[in-house]
Amino acid sequence: MRGSDMSSQPVSPYLPSEAEIVERVEESPGVFTLSLRLTDPQRRENYAFQPGQFNMLGLHGLGEVPISIVSDPRRPDLIDHTVREVGRVTRAMAALGPGDRIGLRGPYGRGWPLQEVRGRDVVLITGGLGCAPVVSVIHYVLRRRDDYRRLVILQGVKHSADLIWRDRYQEWAGLADTQVLLAADVGGPEWAWGIGPVTTLLGQAQFDRAAAAVMMCGPEPMMRAAGQALEEQGVGEESLWLSMERNMQCALGHCGHCQLGAPFVCREGPVFPYAEIRTYLEHRGF
Amino acid sequence: MARLEGFLARSLLHELIAALGAGGRRVIGPQVRDGAVVYEPLESEAQLPHGLHDVQAPGRYRLEQADTPRCFAWADGPQALKPLVFSPRERLWTSERAEDGALRFRESAESVEPTAVLGVRACDLAALALQDQHFLEGTFPDPSYRARRESLFLVAVHCTHPADTCFCASTGDGPRAEAGFDVALHELDGGFIVSSGSPAGHAFCGMLPLSEASADLCVSAEAEVDQAAAGQQRSLPGQDLRTPLMQRLEHPRWAEVAERCLSCGNCTAVCPTCFCHAEVELPDIDGRSSDHYRQWDSCFTEGHSRLSGFVVRPDTRTRYRQWLVHKLATWHDQYGRSGCVGCGRCVTWCPVGIDITEEAHALCADRT
Repeated sequence: MRGSDMSSQPVSPYLPSEAEIVERVEESPGVFTLSLRLTDPQRRENYAFQPGQFNMLGLHGLGEVPISIVSDPRRPDLIDHTVREVGRVTRAMAALGPGDRIGLRGPYGRGWPLQEVRGRDVVLITGGLGCAPVVSVIHYVLRRRDDYRRLVILQGVKHSADLIWRDRYQEWAGLADTQVLLAADVGGPEWAWGIGPVTTLLGQAQFDRAAAAVMMCGPEPMMRAAGQALEEQGVGEESLWLSMERNMQCALGHCGHCQLGAPFVCREGPVFPYAEIRTYLEHRGF
Repeated sequence: MARLEGFLARSLLHELIAALGAGGRRVIGPQVRDGAVVYEPLESEAQLPHGLHDVQAPGRYRLEQADTPRCFAWADGPQALKPLVFSPRERLWTSERAEDGALRFRESAESVEPTAVLGVRACDLAALALQDQHFLEGTFPDPSYRARRESLFLVAVHCTHPADTCFCASTGDGPRAEAGFDVALHELDGGFIVSSGSPAGHAFCGMLPLSEASADLCVSAEAEVDQAAAGQQRSLPGQDLRTPLMQRLEHPRWAEVAERCLSCGNCTAVCPTCFCHAEVELPDIDGRSSDHYRQWDSCFTEGHSRLSGFVVRPDTRTRYRQWLVHKLATWHDQYGRSGCVGCGRCVTWCPVGIDITEEAHALCADRT
C-alpha cells in the first residue's frame, strides 16, 4: 500500500531521500540527463509521478534545485531529469556520473492534463530547454498512441546548435499522425528547418483548432505570443496549458519565492491552465 | 469566546507572572531594549515597560515616560509573535556523506520549550492566525512551526494606546483581542480584568488570586478599547482591495513610490504575516556534513525572484508592487482575507516613512 509504511517515510516534508545515479547521458554541450533510482526500496516502491511534475534534487554541501521529470510514469523506479548547466548546483551536478548519490524529494506540483485531454489533438509548443518538461508528454502520448489524435511538436531554439535530441525529432517526424516543426532564431549548417521565432511555425501546424489541447513551455514572451496567435486562430484559452518557471526553494508552498500572483508555482503549477495565470503574465514582474 | 474570570489587583501582577512560569515554562514578556519594546524572557514584573508610551510616526519610533502606573500603555514594538513560531533562522536537516559517497539525511530535532507570552496584541493574534493558515493548513504542515506554535500559551492585553501608525480598526483585527488567546487582560490603573479564551486559559485563571470584576469596571475597560479604535487616524480604503489593485497594476504610483523606496526589506522583516524564507546550505569545513537552513527572506531582494536566466522583479517598482499586491490583493485568493492586520509596523520601521495606507489610498483613489 502506498504511503502506509510510516517508518520509511520522511517525517519532515523538507527531508530528502538518497538517490543513486544509474545513468548519465550527454544530450548536447551543457545539457545532460540523469537517470535516478531511490536507494531505499520502500521509498522506491511508493514513488509515483505524473508528467510535468518536478523533483527537488540536492547536492551535498551545495543545495537543491527544482528539475522536471522527463521519463515515463509507467516506470517510476527510474526517474530521468534533463538538466542544463546554468548555476552553481547544476554545474556541479554535471560532473557526476553513475554510482554517485544525490538527494531527492518529490514529486511536486501539478503536471500536464494528459488524462483529461484524451481523444484530442495534442500540440506542444516549446522554446529553448522548455522542451524538457514536454518531452515527457511526447513519450507519454507515443506510448499510448490510440488515446490521442494528432501529435504536433513545435520547438524553437535560439541557435540551431542549441537543439538537443535532433535525432529524436527526425524520428518523431516520420511517425503517422505526427508533425514536427522546428525553428531557430539563428540557423546553422545543415539546418533544414525554419528560421525565426517558434510562433512563425503555427501557420504550418496541422491540427483541429477547435479540439486541440495545446501545451507550452519556454520563455514567457514566447508563450504570450503563442497564446495570442493561437487565440487569433480560434483556439480557446481553455485549451491552453503552460508550464511555468519561478524560483522554487522549498517546493512545499511555504517559502514564497514562486508566487505568480496568487498561485504558488510549486503547488498549483508548474502546469497551469492559461486562464489561471494570464492576468499575471500580462504584467511583467509577477 | 472570552469568559470573564475576575479582577487581578496591580499589586498581584507578579503572581500572574509566577503562575505563567510554573512548571518551568519559559515566560516571554514586553520590556525595553535599545529604546524599543521587545518580547524577551521575563523574570520579574520590574522588567515590564512601566509608565511608557510609544510615539510612532512614519519612519519614527520613540518611547516616552508618562504619568501612569500601567505597563501595557504602548501599542507595539518591532517584533510580533512571528519570531517565536517562524524562526528567523533554523536548521531543517543535516546531510552526512560517508567515505563511499552514501548520503544520510538527518532531521533537526530541536527541542521546543513550553512558552508563555504576556502582552500579546490583537493585531499579532490575527497575524498568528494567518501564519497558522500558511504553515499548517496546506498540503505539507510545517513540523517546526507546529512544534513552536503548540508550545505557546498566549496572554493578550487589549490595546488602549494605539500609535499614530496603527490601523487595526480598519482591518478588523483590533484593538480588542477577540480570539486566539488563552487569557486576555484589560489593563486599568488599579489592575486587570481577566478573561479566558481556552480551556487551558480557564484552568490557568483558577491559579490566580482574582477578585470579582465589578460591572462598572468592565464597562469602563471596554470603553477604553472602543476609544482606542475610534481614535485611530489611519485606515485602509477597504478590507478587500483585490479588485481595485488588480485593475491598477500599471498605475504610475508604483514608479513614484519606487523613487522613495530603498528596497531594504525592513517592512517585510517587521511584518507579522510575511512568510518568505530562503533555504541555504552551510557545509562543514571537512565536507562530510552539511546543514540545510531556512532563514527569513524578503521580496525586496533581487535574489527572491532570480531564475537561471533572468530576474522576474529586477527593479523596486515591481518589488514594491509584489509586496503590496500580495499583502492586500492576492492574499485574498490564497487565504480568504487580506494579509494586513493593521499593526502599522511597516510604516514605523520604514527608514523613509513609506505608509502602506497612504499608498493604498493613492492607488485606489482615481479610476485609471
